[in-house]
Amino acid sequence: MQTVTTKSLCERAASLLGEGTVAAVLGWKRGEFDYDLTPAVFTAAEELTEGFIYNDFSGANLSKYLLKKTREIDGKILVFLKPCDTYSFNQLLSEHRFDREKVYAIGIPCSGMADIQKIRKIVGEGITAIEACENSLLVHTLYDDEPISVSCAEVLTERCLNCKSKKHVAYDELIGDEGEVLTSNRFDEVEKIEALSADERFAFWQNELSRCIRCNACRDACPACTCEKCVFDNPNSGVQSKAPGGEFEEKLFHIIRAYHVAGRCTDCGECSRVCPQNIPLHLLNRKFIKDMNETYGEYQAGEYDNQRAPLVNFSLDDPEPSDVVKGGFDRA
Amino acid sequence: MLKCTLSNIDKLFEIVSASMPLYLPTEDKNGAVFKKWQPGTVWSNASNTVKGPKDLFFPQSEDLMAFKTEGKKIEVIDTRTETEDFAVFGVRACDVKSLEILDRVFLTEPRDSYYASRREHGVIISLACNRPTENCFCGTFGIDAAEPMGDVSAWLTDDALYLHANTERGQAFTKLIADLTEACDDSAVSAQKEKNRKVMKRLPLADLEANAFGGSKTEQFFHSPQWEKLSESCLGCGTCTFVCPTCQCYDIRDFKTNNGVVRYRCWDSCMYSEFTKMAHGNNRNSQKERFRQRFMHKLVYFPENNDGIFSCVGCGRCLAKCPISMNIVKVMKALEVDTDD
Ligand code: SF4
Ligand code: SF4
Ligand code: SF4
Ligand code: SF4
Repeated sequence: MQTVTTKSLCERAASLLGEGTVAAVLGWKRGEFDYDLTPAVFTAAEELTEGFIYNDFSGANLSKYLLKKTREIDGKILVFLKPCDTYSFNQLLSEHRFDREKVYAIGIPCSGMADIQKIRKIVGEGITAIEACENSLLVHTLYDDEPISVSCAEVLTERCLNCKSKKHVAYDELIGDEGEVLTSNRFDEVEKIEALSADERFAFWQNELSRCIRCNACRDACPACTCEKCVFDNPNSGVQSKAPGGEFEEKLFHIIRAYHVAGRCTDCGECSRVCPQNIPLHLLNRKFIKDMNETYGEYQAGEYDNQRAPLVNFSLDDPEPSDVVKGGFDRA
Repeated sequence: MLKCTLSNIDKLFEIVSASMPLYLPTEDKNGAVFKKWQPGTVWSNASNTVKGPKDLFFPQSEDLMAFKTEGKKIEVIDTRTETEDFAVFGVRACDVKSLEILDRVFLTEPRDSYYASRREHGVIISLACNRPTENCFCGTFGIDAAEPMGDVSAWLTDDALYLHANTERGQAFTKLIADLTEACDDSAVSAQKEKNRKVMKRLPLADLEANAFGGSKTEQFFHSPQWEKLSESCLGCGTCTFVCPTCQCYDIRDFKTNNGVVRYRCWDSCMYSEFTKMAHGNNRNSQKERFRQRFMHKLVYFPENNDGIFSCVGCGRCLAKCPISMNIVKVMKALEVDTDD
């Protein structure tokens, strides 16, 4: 359960709209069920009351929408940002992707988002309602007379299990309590894969990526992927690919994307969250983050709004290429 | 009606597999998917598979032909592979219906011989839904999940699988497994159908109606102000089209190899910016227009050209898979509000 209520956020947004500070509100909209929220723009108090919601399923990171919305909408846009979303927000600012003046950012606390697929794995099909309690969710289904209680911790999304920060690194206003930067175990899985032999690693990724349907949702949702025209969509690029073009091409796409966002990926987790095929894309990105940390010193993309990423920066104590051996940094 | 006790089900799969490849739902990391049965494969009765059986008839990408060049000589190479009989088990009522919709597209002139030959070689064993999901709304399109069609219809009770052949191909299939089945009356199946229909009535989307839509409604919905709102956060990822059992758009491309060309086709999506790009450019330049195309096609254009038949079967996959949870149900509800005004 979240510690701030939909009602309090709604009221604050309505008053900012009312007094003219902002012209629109970027938030999450209620769906057919309790878990199918859609990012949406609200421009009137009634719209907010009717549709706005902040709950355990407000996973969508709204910062990328600012690119489009700040260009489309006259006046300021109020955006609600969870702690991890603020890193994407800053990173986009570092890259000058939207006009900061056009945004009014409200930081809101997050106690972790729930993954509906994990809930389905536990309760089965036919979920009709989900009630949030303090540390658990009461799930009503078509097939059980009594609601089933699942603990929030058990159904956290992958990125929330490895939350890197409860602290907001950017905002104009904060609602609720501020948190702290956390020490997460987010590199544990990466280490497990590093420990595999090259063949095993290859087989692991082969298997995971074999499910890819090349919907490109990972790219489309990624706040670091903001090219006006992605090479993979561009018929003139020579590498446009609409379909999974075989094992080689799939790996190429994902590796190229991982390289392209390296140093700019804040580990926001959107790519893995949106992937309809459940491919653990975060592992690729985290491998890059981990290598960069080890090679160039600790670096968190999006921590500030004017950073230079390690790969586009230069310092005299950068390691020599000879220090970096095939297959990663030599830790010996 | 034929009955096969559940304890014999793996034997049944084994016997079928001995004479042709058998595809059935099995649990993958990401949910149930149609896979070829092999000894040890565990059949999944999940409702429903992540993607429908469409891939087996119209794969996401397939080679159409190849050209080999030697100096000025071009040789055309036949790369076709879709000539083998196969069986698909566990196809839900919505997905059986989705194939009828694809038939209307691919089997009318000019006939798509690749699809046609897969259809001719495939035998479909459907399966009634005992536990539909909250996203299911096949009833909206007149589909009865308790009465799935196909070459063979099947029902599952606690202890047995019941089968009924509807076509000649279906009869050939039931003959294959004759040793494992015995004839029985309809009582167990009737009772199961009753149960299933009761559940269908309690589904959250049971009341959704499609009456407001259909051919000849283009004018009414095309300019609806709702499209702007509905599409505002669409990522244009096309996941909805890829998981949809009735989406049928494809692109044909050439892949250049060292000494020739492979011509293949792959699924395309109206949600993509480069979809149906023509010499003058694109005919749909905003995501709103692309988004509108998908839903207008399902709810208006397709029925317009196909005797009023909608090209959505209510399988609920776009509800389950859209990364921003926008889907045809939300679209229908929003547009209906429009008609009320
Ligand atoms: S979101 Fe998943 S399925 Fe889609 S392109 Fe990315 S990895 Fe592939
Ligand atoms: S690559 Fe994935 S984790 Fe990194 S910024 Fe993009 S969406 Fe977020
Ligand atoms: S409706 Fe959803 S699944 Fe379809 S293209 Fe838009 S974001 Fe992707
Ligand atoms: S539009 Fe959605 S519900 Fe309808 S058939 Fe396609 S995936 Fe299924």
